[in-house]
Amino acid sequence: MATLDIENMQVVYERPKSLIDVSSHYCPGCTHGTAHRLVAEVLDEMGLSEKTIGVASVGCSVFTYNYFDVDFVQAPHGRAPAMATGVKRVLPDRVVFTYQGDGDMISIGTGEIVAAAGRGENITVIFINNANYGMTGGQMAPTSLPGMITTSSPHGRDVEKMGYPIKASEMLATQEGASYIVRRSLHNAKNIRLAKKAIRMAFETQVRGLGFSMVELLSTCPTNWHQTPIDATKWLEEKMIAYYPIGDYKVHPILNEIKI
Amino acid sequence: MTREFWKGNDAFAEAAIRAGLQAYFGYPITPQTEALEYMSHRMPELGRPFLQAESELGAINMVYGAACTGARVMTSTSSPGTSLMMEGLSYIAGTEVPMVLVDVVRGGPGLGNIAPSQCDYNQMVHGGGHGDYHPIVLAPASVQETVDIVYGMFDIVEKYRAIGVVMIDGSIGQMMEPAEMPPMLDIRKEIPGWAVRGGTGEDRRTLTSLYLAPEEMEKVDLRIMKRWQQIEKNEVRYKEYFMDDAKIAIVGFGSAGRVALSAVRTARSQGIPVGLIRPISLSPFPKNFLSDISEQLDSMLVVEMNSGMMLDDVMSAVKDKTQVEFYGRMGGLIPFPGEILDEINRLAKGVKPLDIHPRDVWLDRMDSIVQ
Repeated sequence: MATLDIENMQVVYERPKSLIDVSSHYCPGCTHGTAHRLVAEVLDEMGLSEKTIGVASVGCSVFTYNYFDVDFVQAPHGRAPAMATGVKRVLPDRVVFTYQGDGDMISIGTGEIVAAAGRGENITVIFINNANYGMTGGQMAPTSLPGMITTSSPHGRDVEKMGYPIKASEMLATQEGASYIVRRSLHNAKNIRLAKKAIRMAFETQVRGLGFSMVELLSTCPTNWHQTPIDATKWLEEKMIAYYPIGDYKVHPILNEIKI
Repeated sequence: MTREFWKGNDAFAEAAIRAGLQAYFGYPITPQTEALEYMSHRMPELGRPFLQAESELGAINMVYGAACTGARVMTSTSSPGTSLMMEGLSYIAGTEVPMVLVDVVRGGPGLGNIAPSQCDYNQMVHGGGHGDYHPIVLAPASVQETVDIVYGMFDIVEKYRAIGVVMIDGSIGQMMEPAEMPPMLDIRKEIPGWAVRGGTGEDRRTLTSLYLAPEEMEKVDLRIMKRWQQIEKNEVRYKEYFMDDAKIAIVGFGSAGRVALSAVRTARSQGIPVGLIRPISLSPFPKNFLSDISEQLDSMLVVEMNSGMMLDDVMSAVKDKTQVEFYGRMGGLIPFPGEILDEINRLAKGVKPLDIHPRDVWLDRMDSIVQ
């Protein structure tokens, strides 16, 4: 049996430099790790990590700052776009991004995100939509699907009483100040690659000073969905995408000329 | 330097700019709005960030973000806006980043009205949001004093990595008085070591108020409280008028103190041995001075434009050393000098020990005053 020639092996996959070499607190099968990696790869490729300031939110991603090797501040629940605005206005030559879940961004933080998009604030928002409040144990979020059982909608989300899920990308795309609003999904390899291209494009939007950019990432929460990681990706593909179609909701014309 | 005619709200905005303010974020609310308007033309003119936020929640969190970069940053608002900012103030305190807030207080609770009041005393002095910390609260009584205090506040908050609140009532924000502006300072070039700026590896910085392990949180709380001890030692401010031989002391801050001074002057001209103590730092409170001076007094009258919020702090400071009484107007009313003079005359005739709380005595007296 031939021994492995390690010294001459080609590295095809390694930890991005912008991610710190630590274990994360995320549950097995959760796609936060994937989303983190994609953002880190884009920061590496664009050479941005030394001029990037991240804004962590409240929810499972509250500890985002423990995983990225970039400067970070930590915002009150929902206020990340406002805090990012404060950072960006004082340091306009830095790259500022928020990393927010659906409870944070489109429930308690609806005012801040709409205002930031409307102003065309030159920041990037990574929006993780997993249709529930993960950190507090799986309560109904504004994004929970009709009929979805959660710990605070035990008989399923009754739209007559609890209303309909909010479609953040579609709503924010109506804002004149928004330049790049897309929805992607993290349920399989092909879509993960497309998600990475979108994240790259969002940061390109900011670097070019084109204004507000947001990538919504449909994500799994196997623990609170009470599913195996594989079943969770299937559920995402079958149920979530049906309500939240993958697509480009707003793309500034200049961005069409960028080849990645 | 020349004295110019300045409106209070414009004046503190200019004073902050001259202190090297690097960014301003605010939201319109009466009786503070002129400050926002002033900033909206003056800051861009100097090439400094100004932004009208979507709400006071937005404004305080923009301040929070800017403060994390080590910039000199402030906001201004009025009572209902201050309530909305409580969340952000608590996070800012927990993250130990310095900032300045000017609260132009109006009548409350609720939407209340837009008339001058001091009813934010508890909200700021005993509050400032959840958690173990104290904001520094200074209360000037004139446009000039507001200018001087705002100008100096940035150095204080940066020294202690604390929140500085300049609390004025609506009348100081709205009135016009001659004031002398301090010289224009250059924007600071150096960035504090803790500030985020973009860095990796050894140079990476994280600013957060989250300490999941209680033992770690307690360490931060202890650090903040140790710093507070230094603030209590170094930053107490008050003014005293006619106190050398006084047997009666009026205690009032801001406009209430200023109106009381008129009453004290009149009473002195009538031979009544009365003086005025005007606390400027409400937090830290001049408790040691009040305790010491109360030894010489027959009585003390606390005058406020609220229901006696500072009264509790005065009583806690002087204990039983002298009899403390209270007179206040609420709802956006400023007491007239004559009202305070009536109280001085009443006290000058001698006081009987109270068997109920001074606030209850005042409330009983208010029945006849209001009718």
